[in-house]
Amino acid sequence: MTRRDFFGLTWRVLTAFTAGQAACIGLRFLASRKAEGSFGEVLIAGLSGDFPLETVTPFEQARFFLIRFADGGFLALSSTCPHLACVVGWDTARRRFACPCHGSEFERDGSVVNPPAPRPLDRFAVLIENDRVKVDTRQALRRTSVTPEDLVYAPTTPPPAPGAAPATLDSTAPGQPGPGYR
Amino acid sequence: MNQDDSRGPQPGLLTRVRRSIWREPWPESDRGRVRLTLNDLILHLHAPRVPQRALRATYSYGLGIFAIVLFGVLGFTGVLLTFTYTPSPNDAYASIQTLTAEIWIGALIRNMHHWSGNLLLIVSVLHLLRVFYTAAFHPPREFNWLLGLGLLALVALSNFTGYLMPWDQLAYWATTIATSMLNYVPVAGASIREFLVGGGDIGEFALRTFFAFHIVVFPPLLAIIISYHIWRVRKDTFSLPRALNEPPLDRRRIERVTTIPHLLNLEIGLALLALALLIAWSTWVPAPLEDAANPTHPPNPAKAAWYFMGFQELLLHFHPAFVTVVIPGLTLLGLFLLPYTDADPRPERNVTGIWFRSRRGRWLAALSALLGAGLTAALVVADEHWLDLPALFGGLPTAISNGAVPIGALALGLVVYYWSLGRQGATRSERNLALFTLLFAAFLTLTVIGVFFRGENMALVLPWNR
Repeated sequence: MTRRDFFGLTWRVLTAFTAGQAACIGLRFLASRKAEGSFGEVLIAGLSGDFPLETVTPFEQARFFLIRFADGGFLALSSTCPHLACVVGWDTARRRFACPCHGSEFERDGSVVNPPAPRPLDRFAVLIENDRVKVDTRQALRRTSVTPEDLVYAPTTPPPAPGAAPATLDSTAPGQPGPGYR
Repeated sequence: MNQDDSRGPQPGLLTRVRRSIWREPWPESDRGRVRLTLNDLILHLHAPRVPQRALRATYSYGLGIFAIVLFGVLGFTGVLLTFTYTPSPNDAYASIQTLTAEIWIGALIRNMHHWSGNLLLIVSVLHLLRVFYTAAFHPPREFNWLLGLGLLALVALSNFTGYLMPWDQLAYWATTIATSMLNYVPVAGASIREFLVGGGDIGEFALRTFFAFHIVVFPPLLAIIISYHIWRVRKDTFSLPRALNEPPLDRRRIERVTTIPHLLNLEIGLALLALALLIAWSTWVPAPLEDAANPTHPPNPAKAAWYFMGFQELLLHFHPAFVTVVIPGLTLLGLFLLPYTDADPRPERNVTGIWFRSRRGRWLAALSALLGAGLTAALVVADEHWLDLPALFGGLPTAISNGAVPIGALALGLVVYYWSLGRQGATRSERNLALFTLLFAAFLTLTVIGVFFRGENMALVLPWNR
């Protein structure tokens, strides 16, 4: 290597290093931006008697539907479509949830009747305390399939099968800060 | 300098200022015109002399000039709009209303910006089609094809980031959907989405990011690449129109004219015509503005801007990972490889400048366009009414039943079509042309179906029943 080659290489390496540094600084600067606020809270939907059997009650601002099944079970479904985050609506005539953006359709329990949605509607944890139905909208719970265990029963209504349906739900306990709405 | 001084009194101050900017007077001879082209910063993007043939209107259709005029209008109106617009979710919509209702010709300026953006996308695609069908991207112009693809991507991104600005229903929901698509991009998708919108809903964070991209990142990038693109035309030489079966032209013997005035006057004339048409259109047709964004309630049906409806239609039929990653990835790969694989290096097989390559190429283009449009329409109707893929492949995840299986089947069909054309004796360039035409016709058909034939909950309906 001649002296000229050495200096030529040195300038090139230093230039590349400077450019790389500028890129890193820029990206790190931009990555440290923070989004303001987050979505979600533990919300009292009402008394369990407020929701007749076989009904779907929309909570538009809180972005969920509270569904009560024939056996008295409660299910809170996120209205955000698991496909591409549109908001699904309840089609009363066809008794299905339908997405206005890509035509996905879901049963009352959230299972997919019609793709493109790749998984059932997400649910929110439901907790029934002193006959008050509470919904925790801080974290949407993803499901790959629907199960009867997703339903929550008021302590006064007997569950359909003995020993089924826990009174509290698996994930976040109320009062603890959740990771926010996704 | 000393000699000049001795000749007589110095000219006046204004004359000296003018001469310090333009060293020479406006040329009267061809020699002077050539020199002016070479020495002027903007004019030197052109060659000093151009082949007479390259000026033929039915070859380039002036599409490049139209695109540049639109870019200029977008810059001018965009700067004006920046002075009246408030980039915040609470105030953006109101600032647009104030602009259109209270500011002098505010509505016209917004209309022009909106329609120029839409038209620029159309003109860019037409320009791409023209270059493709005349084989103008064949060597030595491969790299300029790539620059053109980059420009098209930037134009699409500018349109996309631009339509969040009014913060109306279209803005909110189209952006929500498009950024959610990133969640299906493996590895980096979720981080890119977080970088763009901050993780949660589309809000202040997203608007700030999109505003920055829309007004300070994309426009200068476009300006630089456009200049480079034009300069490359000069360096790579103009491709020249040829009749069917006309042998390649001898470049040393073709007739040339000076850029000033022949090309320059043509460009200025076309530019003025384009501008006049744009102003007339924008005076009569207002830019759409839907209701203010409502994060709890999308419109039904919720449709993207018309130029993305082809994509939205694909999303109705296939698993999102395939629409987001596989289909665009393969399309881009194909378009990038095209200039390096399409041409036959043998000089006697050169087809540059011949519309649709050959007589067979013309037949294949027509056949493929019909096939692409017809099959696409048939498949969309079949999928809506008869095909139930998840049921056919019961139990399998939708990524397979609505992704790998149907996409694989369609790809196999295309391979068979491509192969059988080869058996019929079509050259590689003709087969590529057939495949490109089929896919483009299919995408256009999807766009038309999405725009005109989709009603409530995106169900298939006739346009007059919507």
